[in-house]
Amino acid sequence: MSTRVLIVGATSAIAEALARRYAAQGATLFLAARHTERAAAIADDLRVRGAAMVEVGAYDATVPDRAEALVAAAWEALGGLDVALIAHGSLPDQAACAASAALTRRELEVNLISVIDLLTPLASRMQAAGCGTLAVIGSVAGDRGRQSNYVYGTAKGALAIFLQGLAHRLAPAGVRVLTIKPGFVDTPMTAAFPKGPLWASPDRVARDIQRAIARGTHICYTPWFWRWIMLVIRLIPAAIFHRTQL
Amino acid sequence: MAALTPYQSWGRYPRALPAGVRSLRFRDQPLPRVAGSVLPFGNGRSYGDSCLNNGGTLLATRGLDRFLAFDPATGLIRCEAGVLLSEILSLTVGGGWFLPVTPGTRYVTVGGAIANDVHGKNHHLAGTFGHQVIRLELLRSSGERLRCGPTERADLFAATIGGLGLTGLITWAEFRLKRIANPYVQVERTRFDHLDGFFELALGADREHEYTVAWIDCLASGRHLGRGIYLAGNHAAPTCEDAPRPPGRAPSIPFDPPLSLIATPTLRAFNEIFYRKQPRRPTNGVEHFAPFFYPLDGIGQWNRIYGPKGFLQYQSVVPMSAGRDATRAMLACIAGSGQGSFLSVLKVFGDRPAAGLLSFPRPGVTLALDFPYKGRATLRLFETLDTLVAQAGGAIYPAKDAHMSPRLFAAGYPRVDEFRRHLDPAFSSSFWRRVTGAVA
Ligand SMILES: Cc1cc2nc3c(=O)[nH]c(=O)nc-3n(C[C@H](O)[C@H](O)[C@H](O)COP(=O)(O)OP(=O)(O)OC[C@H]3O[C@@H](n4cnc5c(N)ncnc54)[C@H](O)[C@@H]3O)c2cc1C
Repeated sequence: MSTRVLIVGATSAIAEALARRYAAQGATLFLAARHTERAAAIADDLRVRGAAMVEVGAYDATVPDRAEALVAAAWEALGGLDVALIAHGSLPDQAACAASAALTRRELEVNLISVIDLLTPLASRMQAAGCGTLAVIGSVAGDRGRQSNYVYGTAKGALAIFLQGLAHRLAPAGVRVLTIKPGFVDTPMTAAFPKGPLWASPDRVARDIQRAIARGTHICYTPWFWRWIMLVIRLIPAAIFHRTQL
Repeated sequence: MAALTPYQSWGRYPRALPAGVRSLRFRDQPLPRVAGSVLPFGNGRSYGDSCLNNGGTLLATRGLDRFLAFDPATGLIRCEAGVLLSEILSLTVGGGWFLPVTPGTRYVTVGGAIANDVHGKNHHLAGTFGHQVIRLELLRSSGERLRCGPTERADLFAATIGGLGLTGLITWAEFRLKRIANPYVQVERTRFDHLDGFFELALGADREHEYTVAWIDCLASGRHLGRGIYLAGNHAAPTCEDAPRPPGRAPSIPFDPPLSLIATPTLRAFNEIFYRKQPRRPTNGVEHFAPFFYPLDGIGQWNRIYGPKGFLQYQSVVPMSAGRDATRAMLACIAGSGQGSFLSVLKVFGDRPAAGLLSFPRPGVTLALDFPYKGRATLRLFETLDTLVAQAGGAIYPAKDAHMSPRLFAAGYPRVDEFRRHLDPAFSSSFWRRVTGAVA
C-alpha cells in the first residue's frame, strides 16, 4: 500500500522537496497550507511526479482551534496516516520581540503552541492505530539560547522537549517521533547570498529527513555536521559565550 | 574584481553586477516592485550578457519548477518556466517520451529555451523549441497575465519566442513531447578531411537522419581546413538490444583554477587526437541519448577550465549561397589566429520559417566556437569574423554573444522594430542596452 503522508506547512521549500520524494514513490498525500492555491499548484506537480493521490486543505497556524479538524480531515481523506510532517513556522524579528511581550507570545503561539495543538490529536490517533511517524521541523536554534534569536530558539527548544516526552510516551505503541534540526538551507528566499559549505539544498535536507523517517531515528541534524557544531556551541562556557555576537 | 554573485553567464564574460536578485517561487506571485529594470534569469546557460542585467534586478526563475500536467498517452506537457529540460527528461524518458527539440546541454530552463528560441541537431526537420510551444502565459509588469500561442495573441507570441526575456516573464508553457521506443540513439560517425567533405555529407545525411551535426578541428589549416567528424543519428528502433548503460554521475571541476587551462598546444593535441580517434571509414553504433545530445554535460562546471577571465562563444549563421566561402574564410581566420576553441560545431539549418521575430536559426550554415578571453586579441579576431558574417548577410546568436555591434545586430535581425512594440517597459538586459545603444 502506498505511504500516507500529511504535510502541514506544505508550501515551504523543505516540505515541498520531501513531498516530491514521497510522490515519486507513489505516496498519497494531504497538503495543509495557508495559501491553498499555492498548495494546489504543488499538488498538481506531485500528481505528475507520481503521487497516487493528493488532497489539499486550508490551515492557518495563527487561527486557534483549527488543528483537530485538520487532523480529522487528513485522517479521513487518506484513511489513516503513516507520516505526519509539521513544517510550518515563522522567523520572528528578535529585536521587535524584545520590545513587545505580546509579539513574543504570538511568535510562541505560531512556532510552539500551534504545533502542539496538531501533535496532540495526531499522537492519540497514531497511538490507537499502533503505528506511524510524527516528524517535526525544529531547528539548531533550539539547542542554545542566543541573543540574536532566542524567541525562535525558545519555541524550538521547548518543542524539542515536548517531542522527547511524546516519543517516550508513544514508543510502546510503536509510534515514532522525529525531531529534525536543519542548519542553513539554500531556499529561493536566500538565493542571492553567496553560499558557503555550510549551506544545504532543500532536497538534501529532505533526503536526510526521509532517511531518518525510514530508519526510525529520533533526532536528525541535517546536514549531519550540525550535530557537532551544536555540540561545540552548547559546550562553550557562558562567560566566554556572552562575549560573542552569536 | 567585482564580488561574484552566483548570477553569472556561462562564459563568465562579461562580469555584471545586478542591483538585486528576486527569487520567484510561485507562479501566482506578482512581479516585485523595484526601481530600475528587471530581467528573468533562467539557469545562466547563455554565454554572454543576454541573461545579465548590470545595475538592474534579476528575476531568478528556478523556483518555478513545477509540472502542471503531463499526459503519458499523448505526450502533452505543461510546466512552469523554471523547470530544467533535464527534469523533464528524468520524468518522461522512462515512459517513452523525449524532448522534440533540445540544445547541447539539458541544464537549461523551459523559459530560457523559449526566450532564446533554442535549436538542436534536428533543426532541419523540427525547427526550433519555439515551434513546439502550443501555449504559454506571460506576466507583464502591468500585472496582466496573457496567454499566447500560435493562434492566440500570435504577434505577442512571436515576439516572446526568441524575445530574450524582454517581453515579460513567462510563467508556464505547454508543448508536446515526441515518442521514442527507448533511451538510445543509432549514430553514424564519418570522418571528413576538409570543408567540402562536410557539405557533401550534410546534403546527403540531413535527408535520412533526424539529428545531424559536425565537430570541426578549428586549428587545422591548409588542405586540412575544416576537417572533422560528421555525426548523424536517429532514435533507436524498438528492437535495439545491445544498448549501453547510461553514464554514471558526472564529475565536476571543483574549483576555479587561477588561470586558464586552455593553451594552444593542449588544444592542438586534443583536436588532433579527437580527429584521429575516428577511423577513416564511417562507424555505426548505438549510444545512450545523454552522451550523444549532451557531450559536455558529462563534466559539471566545465566552464571553469577557462580560468577567471572567462571565455566567449562565437556562433554565426550565414545563408547557404555564401555558406561555403564564408565558412572557409572564417575557419582560415581562426586557424591563423591560433586562438581556436576546444571543439567547434558546424551544422546546416533547415528552411522552416522562424517561430519568433528575433529567432536566430534561419536557412544556412551555422558555426559555433569557444574562445578563451584574451582581451584585445580576441576582440580583434571577432571583428574580422564579424566583417565576414556581415558580408555574407549572416547573423550572430544573442544567446552566445558578448560583443556584437548595434550595426551587426540591426543587420542580422531586420524585424527588430516590429519586436520593439512588444517590449515590456520594465524589462531590459545588458545585452539589449549594448546592441541597441539604449541607456539603462
Ligand atoms: C554547453 C552548452 C551547449 C549549448 N548548446 C546549444 C544549442 O545546441 N542550441 C542552442 O540554441 N543553444 C545552446 N546553448 C545555449 C542555451 O541553450 C541557451 O542560452 C538557453 O537559452 C539557456 O537557458 P537558461 O535557462 O540557462 O537561461 P538563461 O541563460 O538564464 O537566460 C536566457 C534568456 O532567457 C530569458 N529567460 C529565462 N527565463 C525566462 C522566463 N521565465 N521568461 C522570460 N524570459 C526568460 C532570460 O532573460 C535570457 O534572456 C548551449 C549552452 C551551453 C552552455
